[in-house]
Amino acid sequence: MSTRQVYMDNNATTPLHPEVKKAIIEGIDIFGNASSLHSFGRRARKHIEKARKTVTSFIGAEPDELIFVGSGSEANNTVLNIFACKCPVCNSKKACTKEIITSVVEHPCILRTSECLIGKGLSVLYVGVDQFGKIDMELIKEMITDKTGLVSIMMANNEIGTIMDIKKIANMAHARGALFHTDAAQAVGKIPVNVVGLDVDFLTLSAHKTYGPKGIGALYIKKGTPFCPMIYGGHQERGRRAGTENTLGIVGLGKAVEMLTKEMAEDTAKILDLKLKLKAGIEESVPDIYFNGHPDDCLPGTLNVSFIGAEGESILLHLDLAGIAVSTGSACASGSLDPSHVLLATGTSAEKAHGSIRFSLGRENTKEDVDYVLEKLPGIIAGIRSISTAYDGRKK
Amino acid sequence: MEWVYSEEVKDHFINPRNVFIDEGAFDYDAKSVVGNIKCGDEMAFYIKVDKNKNTILDCRWKTYGCASAIASTSVLSEKVKGMTLDEAYDISPRDLAKDLGGLPEHKIHCSVLGDKALRAAIDNYYERNGMSGKIRKEKAKVICKCMNVTDQEIENAVTEGANTYLELQEHTKLGAVCGQCKEEAIKLLEKYRKEHF
Repeated sequence: MSTRQVYMDNNATTPLHPEVKKAIIEGIDIFGNASSLHSFGRRARKHIEKARKTVTSFIGAEPDELIFVGSGSEANNTVLNIFACKCPVCNSKKACTKEIITSVVEHPCILRTSECLIGKGLSVLYVGVDQFGKIDMELIKEMITDKTGLVSIMMANNEIGTIMDIKKIANMAHARGALFHTDAAQAVGKIPVNVVGLDVDFLTLSAHKTYGPKGIGALYIKKGTPFCPMIYGGHQERGRRAGTENTLGIVGLGKAVEMLTKEMAEDTAKILDLKLKLKAGIEESVPDIYFNGHPDDCLPGTLNVSFIGAEGESILLHLDLAGIAVSTGSACASGSLDPSHVLLATGTSAEKAHGSIRFSLGRENTKEDVDYVLEKLPGIIAGIRSISTAYDGRKK
Repeated sequence: MEWVYSEEVKDHFINPRNVFIDEGAFDYDAKSVVGNIKCGDEMAFYIKVDKNKNTILDCRWKTYGCASAIASTSVLSEKVKGMTLDEAYDISPRDLAKDLGGLPEHKIHCSVLGDKALRAAIDNYYERNGMSGKIRKEKAKVICKCMNVTDQEIENAVTEGANTYLELQEHTKLGAVCGQCKEEAIKLLEKYRKEHF
């Protein structure tokens, strides 16, 4: 194993920001139950509400419009499940028994949940994307009707980084009386996100995608929006999400967002610069490649590239042996028999999808990291291609 | 740090043996190409045969495939040298997985391509040398045309423990392209399960 370690899988998860780590260590003894009235409880409550303020002011929301949840997946499940609720008491009645529209490139936690909703009798429509992974705007406009209860579209795609035109789609949904949800797990911390400007009703975010800890996410719920909890129990989060609060996780999320407030602009500019260097370097040193995703409307740190004639898991494992961490859209790395559903949805051939590698850069990456990847990658690709039945040195 | 697969897999993945690199440098008596890049892997196998003893003198291979496909074929390419064609024909993916110190269950299906390519190359040898009577492929019926999976291979998968259609797919990769063979494959799966268990 190489001694040098280069982590370029920040869309999978990120390392803790040093300040977040500090805040968690300092907060490790905050054990009180935030629902308790005594000083121990009040101490936990104070930290939770401080974090809530930090997060909501960062996304342009009011503190009572945000609930803390266990993950981005939980937030997404919660929103979709509102529309399947048939209980007579909750206030989601006007939202239920309707039709939902989402896209074919969503994260599995939306796609799998939507399949479950179909089983519960709901109608789910899936809008497609163009070759760059952008929502087909003509099509979605036609799909949204008076029957539509919810439109759920991710703000930015995790695999190819394409940024969706959320505001336009939210406006379309509202024009027909539908609610709008966006999964912004990949967007928050990478591009500016403002719930008022975007005109969304629900928004999902996740701490560990943006230098916070695992196991904590948040859901923005616009004031007055029909809602129904997924987890019932105590009165935590104003009855919208039961379960004793994950105080340490919330402290970590709050600190991560506080650091974004201070550093995001500078960090993302640096990350974009490094990605463009990496992109130019790959273009120069490796023949027969294709970049996936949108050339401009793309997350600053995401670079998805297909290497013709080289299989993704092989590339990933060779890079790993060189100390470089990335991910792939190849079926062989996924445990299923199918390659990336996102790449296939963009019309990318199965062969290119199997040979795709996602580099996702983060705040800790340096120019030296990019140089190191560019030093190792060409030889690795050439080596795999030399034993490949699917590469004959087309361009050379 | 521990690697994702066994040390044997790592060794063969990093230094694959008997790779067919230079078309001119290996004089072969038969060859085959199996698999489909659309499904994520393709394998070519080349063999040189001792015509008197019917043994494999030497072999080469090439693949578009993942680490398990590369390692299992590399191991296979060492194992078959000196074997008779009949012996070589009977090597199963389970044998190779054992030689590799084990493969995770979901990776077994990645290792089926090497031995399949070898069998196709042996059949190709019989065909080229007027020994068509020895071709075993013809006795078997192809069920999945996309991935060239036969009823015999389905039977083998069942005896190796495939209980469901999904497990059958994991073992053989059948039905992964057009899916038209699903119904027939499920019927065979049930038939062989009744016969063997």
